[in-house]
Amino acid sequence: MPATKLATMTERLSLGRSAMPLLVAIAYLFIYAPVVMVVVISVFSQEIVSFPPPALTWHWYANAWDKPEFLRGLIASLEVAFLAAAVGVPIGTAAALAIVRGDFKGRGAISTLLLAPLAVPGVVAGSGLYMLYVLAEDFFDRDIKATTQGLVAAHILLAIPWTVRLVVASLQGLDRSAEEAAANLGAGPFTVFYRITLPMMRPGIVAACMFSFIQSFENLDLSLLLVGPGRITLPVAMLNYLEFRIDPTLAAVATVQILLVGVLMAVTDRFVKLSRVV
Amino acid sequence: MASLGLQKLSKRFGTSLAVDDLDLSVNEGELVALLGPSGCGKTTTLRMVAGFLPPSGGRVLFDNEDVTRLPAHRRSTGMVFQSYALFPHMTAAQNVGFGLEMRGLSGAERGVKVEEALKLVRLAHLAGRLPRELSGGQQQRVALARALVINPKLFLLDEPLSNLDAKLRAEVRIEIRALQRRLGLTTLLVTHDREEALTMADRLVVMEAGRVRQIGTPRELYDEPQDAFVADFVGRCNILSGRRESDSQFRSEGGLLLPVETAAKESKTATAFALRPERIAISPHADGSIKGQVEAVTYLGPQTEYLVRVGGEPFVVVRQTPGPNEALSSVKPQDIVSLTWDPRAPRLVPQAST
Repeated sequence: MPATKLATMTERLSLGRSAMPLLVAIAYLFIYAPVVMVVVISVFSQEIVSFPPPALTWHWYANAWDKPEFLRGLIASLEVAFLAAAVGVPIGTAAALAIVRGDFKGRGAISTLLLAPLAVPGVVAGSGLYMLYVLAEDFFDRDIKATTQGLVAAHILLAIPWTVRLVVASLQGLDRSAEEAAANLGAGPFTVFYRITLPMMRPGIVAACMFSFIQSFENLDLSLLLVGPGRITLPVAMLNYLEFRIDPTLAAVATVQILLVGVLMAVTDRFVKLSRVV
Repeated sequence: MASLGLQKLSKRFGTSLAVDDLDLSVNEGELVALLGPSGCGKTTTLRMVAGFLPPSGGRVLFDNEDVTRLPAHRRSTGMVFQSYALFPHMTAAQNVGFGLEMRGLSGAERGVKVEEALKLVRLAHLAGRLPRELSGGQQQRVALARALVINPKLFLLDEPLSNLDAKLRAEVRIEIRALQRRLGLTTLLVTHDREEALTMADRLVVMEAGRVRQIGTPRELYDEPQDAFVADFVGRCNILSGRRESDSQFRSEGGLLLPVETAAKESKTATAFALRPERIAISPHADGSIKGQVEAVTYLGPQTEYLVRVGGEPFVVVRQTPGPNEALSSVKPQDIVSLTWDPRAPRLVPQAST
């Protein structure tokens, strides 16, 4: 190779090397700028945001605390997210086991069907569920639409696809010979599952719990039509507030929301390294 | 320890026969190696013995007792997996203790036995480590201890050394063999590495395409292979096809007349001449009956390998590396040399495709 060509190549390489940190910085900026904005605005003192702020204040946090719909919304959201994950993750895990381990026709179709809810826009799924609930209410002669159960049932639809996806991935990466080794050492099928398979699936299941919880916790579009008076989730409460006022109170609420999710991810990461499963 | 018997064992996957009518018996305390290229059915056979695969036909006997229908967890075999298959969420001690726990031993009894087993593989000081905190060699020893601590009826080894580096492999090979002898373990070893099989096993089973080619001691297989496939698989071999010319000569397809002395009946129908590279002597003078031109000289340390072309046929010759004053040390490519061998050294065998 001619020396000049080699020189241009090395030059290009080193250029690429120095451009790398810059690109990474831009990517981080892109991802975190909106989040940082929300947090910053939440302590600006004036109602209509302008730079530079005349003063910093905790006023909007106090204001959010004074509005009962936010605290109630937070509690409702936590409750729904917890229940949706608690029901959806076991169902999704069982489905993932059947998809990866089962030996029957149509496994591929089941897997596609279970992942499909991810592709349906939340508003569409929400209105579809609304109509279904109306029909079901007539049929069973009981309330479904504006109840916690109805909302949880809807949010389970968020939990299942995420769980199937994450647990299938963790099952496919699992060394099956460990299970054979356990059988070889005298463990029956149930013991093998309980003592070996399940613990080895743990990272996938923990990640599935976390993602299901967050998906439900921050969901707006699917919930919009299904919430009822007194059971309004936090994102819906925020939207309602937005219809009447625009001030940094929402930024304060959003900051609390961001903190909660952040803490949840940090705690989860202590148990399983998320970067390994996702 | 038990003896193992396989009777007409076969396994079919769809339309292909992975194992075809396999008969084998392993005596108590004996180490038998299943040797063959990948896909020859050796691992399938081992998995049927362990109970992970149901046979399509035939029987598996432990001490003459039929265990063909017994599930894996009731067979009491101790298996060491190629990947070691340690439980990643359990410490070395918990891994080793698992089988004892399944046998209902109390915590205290387990503790004693686990410690003993870890001492046996010289790992007692790492009992509290998780598998990922151990080196490959250490993980392998945990797997050994785990399989042995349950006092298995049979010791099963599935390519146990393939994930170790060359130096460690040689060490562990000797270690496993010593352990196996000392404890009198009836052992079935699966390997595709002929050196491993030759050095470790009491008897070898050479398999190809689901069938047994030959069963015998390492020496029998190396010196008296029954066909060209076995000759080639258990060690390097010069194999020439052709036919028997007379009681003392073999004519190769290329027209070479090769000295051979064999009275064996089967050699009448033989179509291949098999001669080990180390059985050929090489002389730097062109005065012998078999002359050839040196194509390559490869220095291997203690040995030197010569590639010599004799009338179109390549011969590999391996000799002890000559000292600086020996005549052979001057041999270089393009030289004309003579090859000689004891006429009793070559084997006349059928071709592999029988």
